[in-house]
Amino acid sequence: MASITEQRDAPAGERGAELERRGLALPRGWAYLPLGLFLVAFPLFAGEFWTVQIGAYSMILGVIALSLMFLAGYGGMVSLAQMTVAGTAGYFFAIFGTSSEMSISLGWSPWLSLPLALLVATLFATLIGLLASRTAGIYTIMITLAIAVAFFYFTRQNYELFNGFNGFAQIAPPAFFGYDWNQPQLFYYLTLAVAALCYAAVVYLGRSTFGLTVQALRDNQRRMRALGYHVTGHQVAAYATAGFMAALGGLLLVFLNGRISPGTIGVGPVIDILIIAVLGGLRHPIGPFVGALAFVLLDNFAIDLIERERFNTVIGLCFLAVVLFSPDGLLGLWEKARRALARGGRPRS
Amino acid sequence: MTMLSRRSLFAAAAAVSLAVGIAPAQAQDTIKLGALATLEGAFAVLGQDGMRGVKLALQQHDYMAGGKKIELIEGSSDASPDSAIRAARKLVEQDNVDILVGPLSGSEGLAVKDYAKEHPGTTFVNGTSAAQDTTLRDPAENFFRFTTDGAQWQAGLGEYAYKEKGYEKVVVVAEDYSFPYTQVLGFMNDFCQLGGKVVDKFWVPIGNKDYSSIVYSIPEDIDAIYVALGGADAVNFLTQYEQAGGAKPMIGGSITVDQTVLGTKGKRRDYLVGTPSAGPIADNWQNEEWQSFVKAYQEAFPDGFPSPSLFAHGYYISTKAVLESLDAVNGDLSNNQAKLREYMASHEFDTPTGKVHLDQNRQAVADIFLTEVAMKEDGTLYNEVVEVIPQVNQTLGMDREAFLAMGPVSRDNPSCP
Repeated sequence: MASITEQRDAPAGERGAELERRGLALPRGWAYLPLGLFLVAFPLFAGEFWTVQIGAYSMILGVIALSLMFLAGYGGMVSLAQMTVAGTAGYFFAIFGTSSEMSISLGWSPWLSLPLALLVATLFATLIGLLASRTAGIYTIMITLAIAVAFFYFTRQNYELFNGFNGFAQIAPPAFFGYDWNQPQLFYYLTLAVAALCYAAVVYLGRSTFGLTVQALRDNQRRMRALGYHVTGHQVAAYATAGFMAALGGLLLVFLNGRISPGTIGVGPVIDILIIAVLGGLRHPIGPFVGALAFVLLDNFAIDLIERERFNTVIGLCFLAVVLFSPDGLLGLWEKARRALARGGRPRS
Repeated sequence: MTMLSRRSLFAAAAAVSLAVGIAPAQAQDTIKLGALATLEGAFAVLGQDGMRGVKLALQQHDYMAGGKKIELIEGSSDASPDSAIRAARKLVEQDNVDILVGPLSGSEGLAVKDYAKEHPGTTFVNGTSAAQDTTLRDPAENFFRFTTDGAQWQAGLGEYAYKEKGYEKVVVVAEDYSFPYTQVLGFMNDFCQLGGKVVDKFWVPIGNKDYSSIVYSIPEDIDAIYVALGGADAVNFLTQYEQAGGAKPMIGGSITVDQTVLGTKGKRRDYLVGTPSAGPIADNWQNEEWQSFVKAYQEAFPDGFPSPSLFAHGYYISTKAVLESLDAVNGDLSNNQAKLREYMASHEFDTPTGKVHLDQNRQAVADIFLTEVAMKEDGTLYNEVVEVIPQVNQTLGMDREAFLAMGPVSRDNPSCP
């Protein structure tokens, strides 16, 4: 089965297997301590804008893209509906909880509306999984894109439940434990905690029996079936797991914006998630976060670099450059740099 | 980690950020003006014209106001509320603009109004967003709108259609979002009070291409069709309506009868003549102020539109209001810009389209142009000004309480079948 993580130049047999085992040679263990410390200390010296708009927003997009990385990188299933699942969580949090549209919102306590929103979104992701796992490769992309676009138009035209074009505004994060979670530092730490948990979960899942099974399914479905594994079951479970993560990201996104409308889950944002995942690299769970940071920085500051009519061109060119020169995304660049250093400039043997 | 130490960590974090925040206020000799418009997405061309309006106002003021230099910082959205909030955040929190002019479209305006409440230190001046509830219900203290809303734009149209044109039964074909709802309200308010009937409303998605199901649902016994579609969509609708043999006259929303519609070829040209519409500007108004504005626009932007759009016009007068007010208070932005805001709230000034002042909710009261499509001798179509409706307020002349009691505008409100 074709997957977008397939190594173009990966030789068959021994070396390929070795590559797979080794994964990306990123630093391990304590090497992440400085990064962790930096992330924890970041709001102490950064201003509100950097804390929320760059820091927290990158991590939120990172979490949603991470759910795609889990599906695409481990499972070989490129789902474009991850933003849709995230939006579903946001929408149902507004519908069950409180918002500007109290004629639709039910006004339930966040202790109830929050888990319910996560549940609905995860169920939705499971349904998408049931449908999409019948397909493979490019057809998965197409069917999930179709679901995403259909859901976008549905929310835009349904006024009874989704309030159409206007969506919901004035959605506040729940005041759990008496804190105002909209306060920049608090919100940053909340996002950091969720992002760290999701990251750890994906790292753990990647090594667990479940994760290994999903990766094996990616590599050779027929053999796994012959060995007695339930292929569809595992794939749907992967969709559900990724959906839960995307839903967490979606809730954070709604807390950040205080609103949700069809524009949040339109075709643009749906594609952005794919761009972020590919930009960062699909071979390691840190990739989506690197990609999200690069994307958010470009999105915010490209307009300052070049005259305004052209700033989207800069964003496009950057993506093009990364994808062209490093099929593994920004993480691949790291790998290349490391190898080049190790070779010490000696010509390739 | 215990609750106590977590709390103290947050306290420390808050203290540090506060300390950074209250760095000694330096004597400002420049004022930062942020401009937010849709420079991406479907409305990019309109957003660019909005920016031209901002620049024209600044050029005419030599980028100076209140004895201080004005620094323009641009921001871009893609017409979605989320992107408008992100762009506003960057301008306010990162670029530290003192005053923000924008955004362009209705839903963005509602979002930026909510955002304005969280940032009392910055003054927000609307660009051209025309949703009613941006200022009518639950307004923000620091949000000013020197442009009129979508309902105001249609002032007098219902009366003209009923009395002058003699239309009594109409159907509505409009795009399915907040701006056309507001436009339909502005039209129906007069029309229904006089006794007109709107027998059916057809709401279509933006960018809809296939109108056949609507065309064949339009009843025979009506007098006219009220069409509130963007120019390109309107052409699609009219073509399909004509091909199906429809011949009822049209009444146009503010952005319906634009150059794309007027420039069409064929039989439809004769059909269009006599189509009434209303809006905040009229291209062919033979007024000295307006003509000199058009000339200034054409000179400043040879690559712009042949004539300024209502977006250039809206951003222009919003920026002009800010600059004139800054002049009047000598650029004094102390005490949360109190002086500036007080002055702006009571500022009455001349624009290329007549006098403008604000009501109690900081919403503009301004002149509206009632136009009708006419044919020049060379056969080209244009919007001829029939009447200038003076000083239209947000409640369309009604008592505020009664107007508010009608409830928020939606697909089904108002209704007079």
